[in-house]
Amino acid sequence: MAGVSADPVDASVTSREAAWDLYEMIQACLQAPSYHLLFEAVLIVWIIQLLFVKSYKAKATLTEKEKEELIEDWRPEPLVPEVDPEHPVLQDMENRLIDGKIGRHVNINGKTYLNVASMNFLGMSGRVDIEASISTEYSQAEVAIDTVKKYGVGSCGPRGFYGTVDVHLELEDKLAEFMGVEEVIMYSYGLATISSAIPAYSKRGDIIFCDEGVNFSIQKGLVASRSKIYFFKHNDLEDLEGLLKAQEREDKQNPKKAKVTRRFLVVEGLYMKYGDFCPLPKLVELKWKYKVRIFLDETLSFGTLGATGRGITEHYGISIDNIDLMAASLEHAFGSYGGFCCGRSYVVDHQRLSGLGYCFSASTPPMLTTAAIKALSILQENPELLTKLHDNIRYIYEKLSKINGLRVMGETVSPMLFLQLAGPSDNRELDKAILRKIVQKAEEQGVVLILAAYLEEEEHTLPPPSIRISVSAELTHNDIDRVVSVIDDCYQNTVS
Amino acid sequence: MADEGVDVSAVGVPTRNGFKNGYNSYKNGQTNQEAKHQNGCSKNGKNGLPPKIHPKPFEMFEQTPLLIAVLTYLGYGILILFGHLHDLMCQLGMTKPPVATETVKEVNLLAENSTASIWPHTIIWDLPKMKAHVLKQAKLTTKQYGCGVCSSRHELGNLAIHKELEDLLAEFVGTEAAITFGMGFATNSLNMPTLVGKGCLILSDELNHASLVLGSRLSGASIRVFKHNSMKDLEDKLRNAVIFGQPRTHRPWKKILIVVEGIFSMEGSIVNLPDIIALKKKYRAYLYLDEAHSIGALGPDGRGVVNYYNCDPSDVDVMMGTFTKSFGGAGGYIAGSKKLINYLRASSHSCCYASSLPGPVVAQILTSMKIIMGKDGTDDGMKRICQLAWNTRYFRRRLHEMGFIVYGSSDSPVIPVLIYCPGKIASFSRFCYERGLAVVVVGFPATPIIESRSRLCLSAAHTKEMLDEALDIIQEIGSKLTMKYSRAPVPSFSEMDPEFRVRYKMLPDTANGKD
Repeated sequence: MAGVSADPVDASVTSREAAWDLYEMIQACLQAPSYHLLFEAVLIVWIIQLLFVKSYKAKATLTEKEKEELIEDWRPEPLVPEVDPEHPVLQDMENRLIDGKIGRHVNINGKTYLNVASMNFLGMSGRVDIEASISTEYSQAEVAIDTVKKYGVGSCGPRGFYGTVDVHLELEDKLAEFMGVEEVIMYSYGLATISSAIPAYSKRGDIIFCDEGVNFSIQKGLVASRSKIYFFKHNDLEDLEGLLKAQEREDKQNPKKAKVTRRFLVVEGLYMKYGDFCPLPKLVELKWKYKVRIFLDETLSFGTLGATGRGITEHYGISIDNIDLMAASLEHAFGSYGGFCCGRSYVVDHQRLSGLGYCFSASTPPMLTTAAIKALSILQENPELLTKLHDNIRYIYEKLSKINGLRVMGETVSPMLFLQLAGPSDNRELDKAILRKIVQKAEEQGVVLILAAYLEEEEHTLPPPSIRISVSAELTHNDIDRVVSVIDDCYQNTVS
Repeated sequence: MADEGVDVSAVGVPTRNGFKNGYNSYKNGQTNQEAKHQNGCSKNGKNGLPPKIHPKPFEMFEQTPLLIAVLTYLGYGILILFGHLHDLMCQLGMTKPPVATETVKEVNLLAENSTASIWPHTIIWDLPKMKAHVLKQAKLTTKQYGCGVCSSRHELGNLAIHKELEDLLAEFVGTEAAITFGMGFATNSLNMPTLVGKGCLILSDELNHASLVLGSRLSGASIRVFKHNSMKDLEDKLRNAVIFGQPRTHRPWKKILIVVEGIFSMEGSIVNLPDIIALKKKYRAYLYLDEAHSIGALGPDGRGVVNYYNCDPSDVDVMMGTFTKSFGGAGGYIAGSKKLINYLRASSHSCCYASSLPGPVVAQILTSMKIIMGKDGTDDGMKRICQLAWNTRYFRRRLHEMGFIVYGSSDSPVIPVLIYCPGKIASFSRFCYERGLAVVVVGFPATPIIESRSRLCLSAAHTKEMLDEALDIIQEIGSKLTMKYSRAPVPSFSEMDPEFRVRYKMLPDTANGKD
C-alpha cells in the first residue's frame, strides 16, 4: 500500500524538477547577450532550410516534355542490315535449284551432275527401297505398312503430347539395340540434338571443357548452358590436360564448391570443320583420370565409321559404356531427318523432361522415321556398303592428294574431305574467290562441288576456306577418277 | 475431402471474375459489351492513335477460388511427401522407379479409330478424308525427291519445291518474302540471335513459348518481361526503355523487339495485336509475332491473327509460324520484308548449318496450304476454317455453360480447362481416356503451381456429334471430379452471334435448328 501511495509523490517531484529546468533555461536565454541569440537563431533557420530544401535528385527527374522529346528523338537501328542481292547464297537459293533425287547424280536446273557435295554418305536418300517403305508396295510385314497412308505426314504434337507414334518407339528401340546402349532419345532436328542435350545437363556453375574446333550446334549448346567454358586447342591433349590439372588444383582449394560442380568434356567424333577424328582413347583415359563426363557428337561419324557403322567408338574399338552421352544425326548417313542421343537410361531419360528441343517441339514425321528404320536395316543387312564407302574414301584421298597446289584435309577413312589451297594467301576473300571459281568451272564440266559454308562472324574458330568433298558409297572408281581430273583441270585453269 | 471443399468455397469466396492472379485487366463481360456497342473499335483514340476496326474477342481469366488454391497447395504437399517416401522405398530396394515411356505407349490406340478425340494440336485436317489428295502428293514427292536432302540451304540443299513453298507462303501470309526451316522450335531459337544482339532489348510476354525464351537468351540481348497481354505494362516498359536507355550506361538501345505469340499455347488467349502495333509504331520498336498456334487456324481466311484482326501484315516486322499444326507437316517459317528475308537467308544459323526441309514434307505443306487458300479449286479449305471457328465457339460456350473455368479468348481453338488439384489431373486424363477421349493435361512447372489445366485443342475434323460426345464425357467426369468451379456469369458469346456469322460465311449447317 505504501508503495502505491509513493508513486504520485515521485511523479510530482520529477515534474517540478522539469519545470524548474525550463524556468532556468528561459532565465539563461534572457540573460544571454543578443548577438548570441541572433547567432543561434541563424543556425536554427539554416538547419530547417537544410531539412526542407528540395534534394538535388528531384531536380534530375525528367519532365514529361523532356521525355516526349527523348521518345521523339530515338531512332533505332534498322532491324536487319541490307544484304547485297548479288550475295552468292541468295543467288543460289533463287537459281541453283535441285529437281529430283539426291544421289550419285543430282539434277540442278534440269541438268544432271555428278554429286560429291551432299552428305549422303551411304546413298540412303533416294534409295528406292526406302521410298517403298514409306510410300507404296512395301507391305509384307505388318510393321511397315505404308506409313504415309497410316499416319499422314506430320505428327502434330510434341512427344509428350500425343506426338509419339509407334514408329518413333520402334526406331528408338532398334537404334538402342544397334548401338548397344540402354536408351535412345530422338530429336526432330539434327542441329537441335546436341544443342538441346548439353544444356539439359550442364547448368550455370558447371564446367565444360571443349575442343575449340567443335561444330556450330555444339557452340550454341554451350551458350545455352550458361556454364563456364574452357576451350582447348583443336585435338591438343596437352592443352586439355593442362586445363584439367588447373581445374583439379582449383578444386582442391575449394572442395565445397568442387563437390557441386559437374565437369564435362565435349568433343566431336569426326570434326565437321576439319574432317579429322578426336583422339578418343586418350580422351577416355583423361576422362577417368580427372573424373569428367564425355559428351560425344557423332553427327558425321555415325553410320560411316567402323566395320558396322557404329561410329568412332567402333573405329577405335572402345566400349560405348565409356561415353556418357552420344549424339548423332539421321540427316547424313541415314538420309532421313532428325537426330538422336543415346547412352544409359538414367542419363538419357533426363532429357525427356529437360531436353528443350525434345519437350517443346513436334516429333519427327512418322514417314521420315520409317525411312530411318529402313536405312538402319539396310545398313545391317548390307555391311558391304561400308566397305565400299571406306574403299572409295581411300581411293579418292590418294588421288586428291596428288593434285598440285591443293591440300587435302581429313583422314584416309573420313567420308568428308576438305580441299584447301596449298599456299593460301592472307586474304580469306581472295582464297574463297579462287575456290569458288573452281566450283563454278567444275559445275560447267558436270561435277557439283561446294564450298564449306560458315557464318564467319559467329563461329568460334574459323577453318581456312575449302571445298568440301563428301564421299558416297554409291560412287564408282570411274566417277572418282572423273571428279579428281575435273578438279585438277579446273584448278590449273583457274590459277594460270 | 476435396469434394466438400469445393462447394464450401463456392459460397464463401466472392465472385471476383474477369481478372486473374496478377496478369489480366479484362473485366468479365465488359469486353463483350464493348464489342457490341462500339462495333469492335479499339479505344486507343486518346493516345492519338487512329482507332482501328477489329473484332474484340471475349476473353476471360477467372480467378482461382481461394479454397481451391489452398487445397491445391495442400495436394502438392501430400504429393511431395509421398514422392520422398517413394524415393526412400526405391533406395531401400522395395520398389522400382517408374518408367516414363509406359504412358506414352498407350497413345497409339488413338490415332484414327477413336470416335471422339480432342487432338493435341489444332490440325485442320482429318486424315481419312485427306488421304486421297494431300497424301498422294506427299507420296509422289517422296518418289521424286527421296527423303532427306543431306545438305544445308547454304550448300546444296535448295530444292525447287522449297522455292515454290516460300513463294506461296509469302502470298499466303501477305508479305514480300518468306523462308522455311526444318524445325519450328529451332526457327525461334536459332533466328532470334541473328536479329538482335548485345545492346538490344527484347520485350517478351511472360507466357511466351520456351523456344522464344531460349532464342532470347541465346541472342545476348537484354530481356524484360511484360505482363501477359497487358498493354499498359508493355507501354510502361517500352516508354522507360526508350527514355532511360541501357542500364548504367544510359546509352540508347540499338533496337527494341517486342516478342509475342498469336495464340498463347497454354492460356488460349489471342494477342491484342492492333494495340501492340499501335504501340510499336509510337515507340519505333520492332514486332516479332509467333503464329505457331494461330496460322491456318484463326481469321476468316485462316491466315492467322493478322487476318483475324484485319491488320496490315507489313506492320508486323517478323512473322514466324510453324507447319506442324495446321499444315500437318513439320518445320517452321519466317515471313517479312524482302530485306529481312534476304538477311536471314544469308546469315540464319539454321540456313547455314541445318539440313533443309525434306521434299515430302514440303509437298504436304504446299498441298494443304493450297487447299486453305482455295487454290485447289474447291471451297474445302474455307469450309474447314469456318467449321473450326464454329467448333471453337460452340465448344467454349458449352464448357462455360457447364460451369468449368475456361481460360482464354472465345475464338481460340486452344481451350484450357482448369483442373487445379494435382490429384484430379491424372484422374481427368485417365477417366477421359477410358471413355475414348484423348486429352492433354498440364501441371506445374508448365503452368503456375495452382493453375493446372487440361488443354483441349479443336480441329476442323471434329463434327458437332463428336464434340457433343466429347462434351458429354467431360460433363460426366467434370461432375465426378467436381471440376466445375466457375462462379462467373455465363458469358454471352455464342456461335449464333450475328457479327460472327457475318465474318465466317461458310459456317456449317448443323448450327441451325439442331442446337
